Amino acid sequence: MIFGALMMIAYLAGAGVSVYFILEELKLEPFSTVNKFMIYYVVGDLIIRYIGQKMPVVNIKPLLLLPFTKTKIVKFALGKTVMSFWNWMHAFFFIPFSIVLIAHDFNPIGVIVWHIGMAALIYANNFINVFLNDKLWLVLSVAGVFAAFGFAQYYGYFDVTSFTRPFFQGMYEHLWTVLFPIVLLGIVATIAFKYFLARLYLDAGLAKKISQAKGGDLGWLDRFGKQSTFLKNDIRLILRNKRSKTTVFMSVLFLFYGLLFFTGMVEIYDGPFWRVFAAVFVSGGFLFSFGQFVPSWDSSYYPLMMTQNIEYKEYLKSKWLLVVIATAFSTLLCIPYIFFGWEVMAAILVGSIFNMGVNAHLVLLGGAYIKTPIDLQSGKKAFGDKSSFNLKTLLVSLPKMLGPIVLYGIGYLIVGPWLGFALIALAGLIGFAFRDKVFDVIIKIYKKEKYKTLEAYKQK
Amino acid sequence: MIEIRELSKSYKGVKVLDMPHLDIPKGQAFGLVGNNGAGKTTLFSCLLDLIQPTRGFIKNKDLKVHESEDWKNHTASFVDESFLIGYLTPEEYFYFIGDLRGQNKADVDALLSGFEDFFNDEIIGKRKYLRDLSKGNQKKVGIVATLIGNPEVIILDEPFANLDPTTQIRLKGIIKKLALDKDVTVLVSSHDLQHVTEVCERIMVLEKGEQVKDIITSPATLKELEVYFSGGQGLNSQEEE
Repeated sequence: MIFGALMMIAYLAGAGVSVYFILEELKLEPFSTVNKFMIYYVVGDLIIRYIGQKMPVVNIKPLLLLPFTKTKIVKFALGKTVMSFWNWMHAFFFIPFSIVLIAHDFNPIGVIVWHIGMAALIYANNFINVFLNDKLWLVLSVAGVFAAFGFAQYYGYFDVTSFTRPFFQGMYEHLWTVLFPIVLLGIVATIAFKYFLARLYLDAGLAKKISQAKGGDLGWLDRFGKQSTFLKNDIRLILRNKRSKTTVFMSVLFLFYGLLFFTGMVEIYDGPFWRVFAAVFVSGGFLFSFGQFVPSWDSSYYPLMMTQNIEYKEYLKSKWLLVVIATAFSTLLCIPYIFFGWEVMAAILVGSIFNMGVNAHLVLLGGAYIKTPIDLQSGKKAFGDKSSFNLKTLLVSLPKMLGPIVLYGIGYLIVGPWLGFALIALAGLIGFAFRDKVFDVIIKIYKKEKYKTLEAYKQK
Repeated sequence: MIEIRELSKSYKGVKVLDMPHLDIPKGQAFGLVGNNGAGKTTLFSCLLDLIQPTRGFIKNKDLKVHESEDWKNHTASFVDESFLIGYLTPEEYFYFIGDLRGQNKADVDALLSGFEDFFNDEIIGKRKYLRDLSKGNQKKVGIVATLIGNPEVIILDEPFANLDPTTQIRLKGIIKKLALDKDVTVLVSSHDLQHVTEVCERIMVLEKGEQVKDIITSPATLKELEVYFSGGQGLNSQEEE
């Protein structure tokens, strides 16, 4: 998580320092343009918070029995959220940006008032997130509405920013309008306080949510024979746990990753080698994000798995099958990329073959070295866990990305792109033949590391 | 059925288990008692090859548990909630264990139908995930799951803890029945001296990782244990109650 946080800080600080100059370069009025897009920033912040920010509810139970008044507990819990990284990380954008503004002869008082207004909005988001915590539908609809606004704006149908820009700009020009965000902050803070207070009972807000089990008996999976036992479990694992759902969500995002490369949007990514790199990623989102944590997905009941007569091979085959099916399915979803030309599509297709034929078992091999227990019930940490990176996993990961690029390069230089694609596809097909060999290696690792793994999974 | 030879386990030089010699014959109902930290769970974990003994070995039906994996076919166990899969419903969990033990749905259903009383209508058909069940109900599921597929060795760590009185009595009935079955070896640990003496034919007392008593259960056993655990003088106060 630390790694992710540093990345965020780097991004925000970089943007804060440079956005003014970039916009100036583009012949846009910098401050006005930032205000124009500020609505997306604020809404985006809210959505990212929903995904990432931890709610303070967790550790309240022990406090209930101690001699504190309830209002004190609530204030303490809410106060804790105020200190959260999710709030102050924005300072890395706003402070440098404000300094740049003042340096460019913007009215310092106006800038400071604007700054205060923005801080109030960020904090309003913080409190909104408190009572938004379990209303996924609302968050999704807000995200959907703003995605639609984005599209409409891009294609010139409707520009929501023409309504919102004056508000953000206004805080600089008409100082008194800063009262709006401050009053808003006051209102949502009060609502969050009351919301929290009312739920401070073990059978209300603090109660464990009990959900109805969903999904049938998945009998149709029986056709997969012996693997069906594990396959059924794996599908339930994915559908019924927060962490795994986040993973699926992220692998959907991977599908769009190609847009960065194929549209020529980012100049440095323009080039045949980068395309191959992207092609491996677009269909491999699930493969990478799920596969690298096998067997950690089963960490919470690993002792059970180790005392039942489980055939490792069947267990691995089930995970492998899942990864391969997901890759094939992602490839189907990638068909619209054909819009960017046959070469892009060919890259995606051979990338997908390589993923299924080589990466599918390589990623399982990498996972065998990761001994980080996974808390299935929390969606946090899915964005990166520093303990899940180690030298061995890195070494196993290298061929996954570099392999296709090198193969493509060889083919490209000898004859041309088509040989490059053919080599990648060939490598993928050959890779299938080595699957069982790799499985044998993985099984040996599982057996050798059994006690260490059990020990590591116990630490939470 | 179970042979333990020169078994010891140390953590950073501190011995937590030291058991030179123990044989548990087939069909015996074996009870393990001891205070917290006496090494009960350590012993069971070694038996299930979940931790590596520092020295010595355990044989389960002539198979060294750390070398072969075949003992898993005839051994069932429930130690703690890490033996449950939280995101499954009880039924799904039973069928999963059934699958692993070569029992089809009908076999599992037939077995479960015998436990309607035990489940007290709180387990089957509720469409609740195991992670949402109470501790006691989770335990019921874990215990019954060990009976799937006619195992020859059943290992239960603290099966009576967290259960309500009615369920404790019913569980005693279940274990007694298993004890009568001369093909099933049962290993149970408990803090409840009365329960253990009622269901087990043989009781071993562990203290600081060493066996201090090995008793064939008789009507006098409960008293003997109570005397031992009260430091030899609590007998009178027990009687006054």
